[in-house]
This record gives sequence, C-alpha cells and structure tokens, in this order.
Amino acid sequence: MTDATTVRTYRDYGQPLWRRILLTRETGIIAALAAVFAVSAASVPNFASELTLQYLLLDTAAILLIALPMTMVIVTGEIDLSVASVVGLSSVLVGVLYQGGVPMALAALIAVAAGAVAGAFNGFLVTVVGLPSLAVTIGTLALYRGLAVGLLGTTAVTDFPDGWRDAATGTIPGTPIPWVIVVFGVLAVAFGLLLHFTPFGRGVFAIGLSDSAAAFSGIRVGRTKLILFVLTGTVSAFAGIYFTLRYGSARGDNATGLELAVIAAVLLGGVSIFGGRGALHGVIAGVLLIGTLSSALRLANVTSDVINIITGTLLIASVVSPSVTAWVRNRWARRGRSAAVSQP
Amino acid sequence: MTTPPTQGHSTPALKLKDVAKAFGSVVALKRADLTLAHGSIHALIGENGAGKSTLVKIIAGVYQRDAGTLEYDGEPVDFASTADSKAAGIAVIYQEPTLFPDLSVAENVFMGRQPLRSLGRIDTRAMREQVAAIFSELGVDIDPDRPTRGLSIADQQLIEIAKAISLDAKVLIMDEPTAALSGVEVERLFTVARSLRDQGCAIMFISHRFDEVFALCDTVTVMRDGEYIATSPIADTTVEAMVRQMVGRDVEALFPKVESEIGDVVLRVDGLHQTGEFTDVSFDVRAGEIVALAGLVGAGRSEIARAIFGVDPYEGGTVSVGGNTVRRKDPADAMRKGIALVPEDRRHQGVVLESSVARNVTMAIRRTLARGGLLWGGIENTAAREWAARLEVKTAALDAESGTLSGGNQQKVVLAKWLATHPRVLIIDEPTRGIDVGTKAEVHRLLSTLASQGLAVLMISSELPEVLGMADRILVVHEGRITAHLPRETATAENIMFAATHAAEEAA
Repeated sequence: MTDATTVRTYRDYGQPLWRRILLTRETGIIAALAAVFAVSAASVPNFASELTLQYLLLDTAAILLIALPMTMVIVTGEIDLSVASVVGLSSVLVGVLYQGGVPMALAALIAVAAGAVAGAFNGFLVTVVGLPSLAVTIGTLALYRGLAVGLLGTTAVTDFPDGWRDAATGTIPGTPIPWVIVVFGVLAVAFGLLLHFTPFGRGVFAIGLSDSAAAFSGIRVGRTKLILFVLTGTVSAFAGIYFTLRYGSARGDNATGLELAVIAAVLLGGVSIFGGRGALHGVIAGVLLIGTLSSALRLANVTSDVINIITGTLLIASVVSPSVTAWVRNRWARRGRSAAVSQP
Repeated sequence: MTTPPTQGHSTPALKLKDVAKAFGSVVALKRADLTLAHGSIHALIGENGAGKSTLVKIIAGVYQRDAGTLEYDGEPVDFASTADSKAAGIAVIYQEPTLFPDLSVAENVFMGRQPLRSLGRIDTRAMREQVAAIFSELGVDIDPDRPTRGLSIADQQLIEIAKAISLDAKVLIMDEPTAALSGVEVERLFTVARSLRDQGCAIMFISHRFDEVFALCDTVTVMRDGEYIATSPIADTTVEAMVRQMVGRDVEALFPKVESEIGDVVLRVDGLHQTGEFTDVSFDVRAGEIVALAGLVGAGRSEIARAIFGVDPYEGGTVSVGGNTVRRKDPADAMRKGIALVPEDRRHQGVVLESSVARNVTMAIRRTLARGGLLWGGIENTAAREWAARLEVKTAALDAESGTLSGGNQQKVVLAKWLATHPRVLIIDEPTRGIDVGTKAEVHRLLSTLASQGLAVLMISSELPEVLGMADRILVVHEGRITAHLPRETATAENIMFAATHAAEEAA
C-alpha cells in the first residue's frame, strides 16, 4: 500500500474558496447584521450616533461575554441554563463582601472564584454523576438564584467605588467603545483560538458530533465538558461583576432570564443545538444582531412586547432555516434524478 | 387449539426462491432459497454475515427484496410492512422480545387488537381467559395479570409465542431464541415448539448451537455469503458436514499470509476480570504476531478489547505494553503507551461521520501535530494527505464528510487515524465487517504487512475464514472465558466452532 506508483493525490477542499466563505451560515448572519445596522442608521432617528452605539455595546456586553463559553458548551451537545443565576450570585457576593469591608478587588476575585465553583458543580453532576445537563442546570438555575436572593434578601448594595464604576461604563477616550468591550475582544480572540485552532477545540467538536467516537479516539470527554462548565461559570461571574457595576446595584434578582437571551443569540449565530456545529464569529454577530435590532426598535418607539415577538420569530426562523434549506435541496436533487431516469 | 392444519402437507407454508437484497453497494443476500413445510421445524444456519437476519427481515416485511419470489401457501405475496406479514399469519420471535414492561401479560398479548365489549370498552375478562387458555395448552405457568416487567427473557419469549398463537400464526420464525436462555428454559421452549409443529405450524429456527439443531429440527438449510448452499434432512447430515458447508471457502487463497519474525511480548493481559462480562482473561501478543480472538457474537470478545483500551472498566487484572502498566478506564493513557483500537461499530465508535476525512485521520495525533499549541488548517491537511495516500482512501477532497465514504473507505480512515499514532499494539475488532470483497483483501494485506514490520496485532473476528487465514494463534472465547488456545498449525473451523460453543472442560 506504500507503493509509490499508486499514491493518490487529494485536494484540500471540495468547494472553491468563495463558496466556502460566502455560502456559510456565519456569513449570512454577518450580512444580516450589516443590513439591519444600515437600515436602522438610515431610517431610525438618533440611531446613527456615538451614544447609541456606546449604549448598545454596554447593554449587550454581558451577553457577549457569556456567549463565548456557552458556545463551546453547546458545541459539545450540552447546555448551561444556570448562567444568569451565577450572574446574580456573583453580583450579590461582590455587594455583600464589599459592604462588609472587603476590598473591592478581593471581593471581585472571590466572586469569580465562586462562579468557577458553581460551574464545577454543574460539570461534576453532568460528567461524574452522569445526569443530563438540561436537568442539572435547571436545578442549579433555581439553586444559585436562591442562594443569591437568600444572601441579600430584597435589598440592594449600591455604593460601589467610583473608579470601578467608571471602569465598567467608561469608553476608550475619543471613541464610543467601552472598556468592557476591549476585555471582551481579548477573551473572544482567546476563545476563538481555543475552539477553532487547538487540539482541545478539535475534541470539543468531535464530542458534539459523536461522544462515543470521541471517547474511542482517546479524547477525554468528561474532562473536556467539566472544563467548559467551569469556564462558563467563571465568565458568568465576571459578567455578574460587570453587570453590578454597570447598573450600580448588587441585587439577588440581577439578570434574571439572561440565560435565554444568551442561548437564543448563540443559536441565531449558527450553533447547532444538537452539538458539533458552529463558529464563534457567527455567535458574536448573532448577539450583536439581536442587540442592534432591539436597540433600533426601541428608538423607533416599538414596545418591548413587540420587540420580543420580533426577536423570537427571528430566532425560530434562523433555527428552522437550515432544515428548510436541506429539504428544498433534497427535493431538487430528487427531481433531478427522476428527470434523468425518465430520459429514454 | 386455534391453528388447524389447513393445507395438506404437500403445499409448502412458505417458499422463497432466488431472493436478493443489497444495501447500497453492500450485497446482503445474493440468492437465497428456502422452503418451509407445515408441521416441520426447519433450522437455518450460517456464519455471522451469511444473510440469515436479512432473510428473516424480508419474510417479516421489514425489508423489501430486490429480486426473487416469495410464496405463501402456494400464492405469490409481497409484504410491504410487518403488519402485512403478521396479518398473513407470520410471527417472528427475536432474541430480545420487545414488550411493554408496565402492561400486564394479557394486555401485551392483545396489544392493538383488544377484544371489545359494548360501547368500545375493552373486554379484560375475555382477554385474560384467552391468554390463560393458551398458556395452559402450552403448559406454561405465567399469571396473565402480572406486568411483564421482571419476567425472564424466556418467559417474555413465551408471551411472544402466545401472541403468535392468538394471531393464528401459521409460520413461526425464531431468530436465535435460545441465546439468552438456561438449559431448563431451552427445554420448555422446545416442548412448546414441538407441540406447535404437531398442530401443523411451520417453524424456522435460527441457532448457532448444533446440539440444539439436532435436538429440535427435522430439516436444515445452510447459508453462506448471502447464498443458499444446501438443504438436507437432519438425519442425513453431521456437524462436520454442516461446518464445512458454512465455511466452505478456499481459505488459503483469500488470505495470503506474510510470514513474519515473532519478537518479544508487547501486549500482556493478566487475569482481566469484569463481573458479567469476562473472567480470568490472560494472554500475550508478541511483536510481529497476529493473535485472533474467535468465538460467537456476545461471547465477550469486544468487551475484552474495549477494557484493554480503557474505554470500558474492569474490576481486576492488569494490562501492560512493553512492561508498562496501562491505567484502567483511560484510553488516552492506553494510546500514549502504544495501544490502538479499531472498534467494532465503525459508524458510532470508529469515525465521526459528520466530520471531515482530514479531521478524522488526525484526531488521535492532534496534540503532537500542534505547533505552539495551535493547529492551523495546513498542518492537519498535510498529515491527513500522507496517511490517506498510504491507505489509498478513496475520496476527492480531504474536507469531505466521512459519512459520504463507503464502509471500506471509512474503515481505512479509522486505520489511518490509528496508524498515524505509530502504535505498538493494534487491536482490530471485526476488521472487515460490512466491507466489499476488494477492500477486504486490501485490509488483510495491510494487517499482514504491519505485523511483518513488527506490530503486535490482536484481531477479533466472527468470520472463521478470516481467523484461520490471518492468525498466528487463535484464542477462543466462550461466555467470557478463554476456552481454547490453538496455534495456527492445528486450528480448524471444526475445533474453533467446538470450543466456541462449549465450556472449557468439555473442549479440553
């Protein structure tokens, strides 16, 4: 079989470059984002301003941050519904600790560590005990939220140091880009490399497509998932600190329901809920698409109910569209075949 | 009894002629003939992959035949679905019955066709009485009111048989019904089968156990490679004759064995034990040697292989490669120590079907390929191109989804993935299952060549010709134990089959 005369040659790709770049779901989402942005800028008064952009980015920053590890979790075929509760827990921890005299930096560090522990607990139940992540994180969604509300009750901590608050809401001087987006940018590059350009990331995709084939290839399925749950908890806790400082208020019910916004954006960005498929740039475009759309609609005085209906419909359309495309393609292929057969 | 001997015994109950069936490029049945007579128990035997199950599924209406004729009571018929064959009076009893565990025995028997009283109410009393009547006729003691959960497989099969009787089945097909039964249960099943035969039922019995075939059946049909080989009255045949008909190929010609120099022990398995799977498994494989694990499906061979590789756990014993002990339940460690496993279930365990050829081929070496921890497209494609070319994988592009390749080419992708890790031990489970003949020969040639280059090969195969043609030594596994240790020189289809169906003390 190593006979030199029979060596085959292989092309790297079956499709030309332009098709591989243009005909992807990610490109579609990015194009939709650009279109929504352009239409909004042209037709919605006050949309095309630096202040609107700044607030758009500040409002979506928490979702952008959590979407990074969530993408990887969903690519493995799992899900983490407890992220918003971890945001609330981390918010309350920072508030309680700071109020109790702990320096702000240390309080933040402890909150992030608590997020890692919360994620590790999710991961432990999923990978070691072997429970489905959907059930586990529905449970911890309630558990972590309960802990958060229990720690602080219905009160709020609001007197955070000005320097920290400014850091959370401030922008790069002369631009509308908040500092938190710079942090997000660094994390996005790191997560993008991890998912798309490392052996670990190759394992993540393989697990999502076939747990068992991955395990039979020596990929440590349990360990990989555990790491991802810890990352999700950690980043969610970080987002919780940002959320607290951004709104100047540590409350037990902070960010309630945010997990659905995150997951919706990840799916809109082209990640398959069944695992194994997706790309980080699509997810980022997906988060920004929903953010831009709701920001523009709000400015156009559309009520929040209607905004929810529109974004919900958009999400369903985006999740359904791949199946519809496949169905249409199938029909065409079949028609082509039967036409060929009926030729004399 | 509800089954009168309707026809004279001259018209066969079921007659298949020249039946063929292919799945894509894989031909499962080439030319199958079978004639089942009323009042007869007919054995169908053949190696794994001979086409028995495909034949059963065609009769049951699960598959539709591509060619040939099917006659039922002398009339040509087509069964478009299992409902069709059931309505005609054909009942199939599978190895593992599928009953509703929380419904009662009687409810299971009458599932979907419950007797009714006025206003469409289910007549539970009639149901219970009819089932009780069938059971008493069969001499079976099962309470019709109890739920089926917790019943033994033997009892569940009897419920399936009761269902067949209540349906007035004229043809009863039993696909390896005794595989999971104890001796007493087998006797009870045989008694029931004989009484049905005496009432005019045509029964087909599939089994790997020759003693059962002789004890129960009056006629036997042998199949091999999807083809009808012979039908004979049981009195006119012997175990030796049947095995010859089952195996019957020119083994030497199909499997040219490259002689290789046998070196030091590479893989050593010592006292491996897992309750319910395998017991006291000890053997070693030397460099340059091909050792085969032979035996029946379900004997525990794949479980042993998976335990060695660390995918499955084991409770006791050790595995070592070149003197280094391999950690339990850790495939990554087994890989590092030089073990590669090409698993049995290619589509679920071997390849990631929806992933590209390049990603699959480089999956096990992705960490060593990375430069500075990162993998850029080019690195993987370069490595994948080299290994795909060595194994002559037939694909146009490296980014083609592996699921679009043929079975044989998928197997080459799995082999490429593992050979790229430069293993010291290659465990290969059913190397040529579901592969076309041309690629089969290629895989065999490759295994021989690899062994001659010093690789230690542990091969699991249910195909006797493959075992006899490829292996230097043969270990026969029966019910989780190694029951025979046969060097190439003395191994024959007969003594392997014997050891595979008998416990160690009898085989010795």
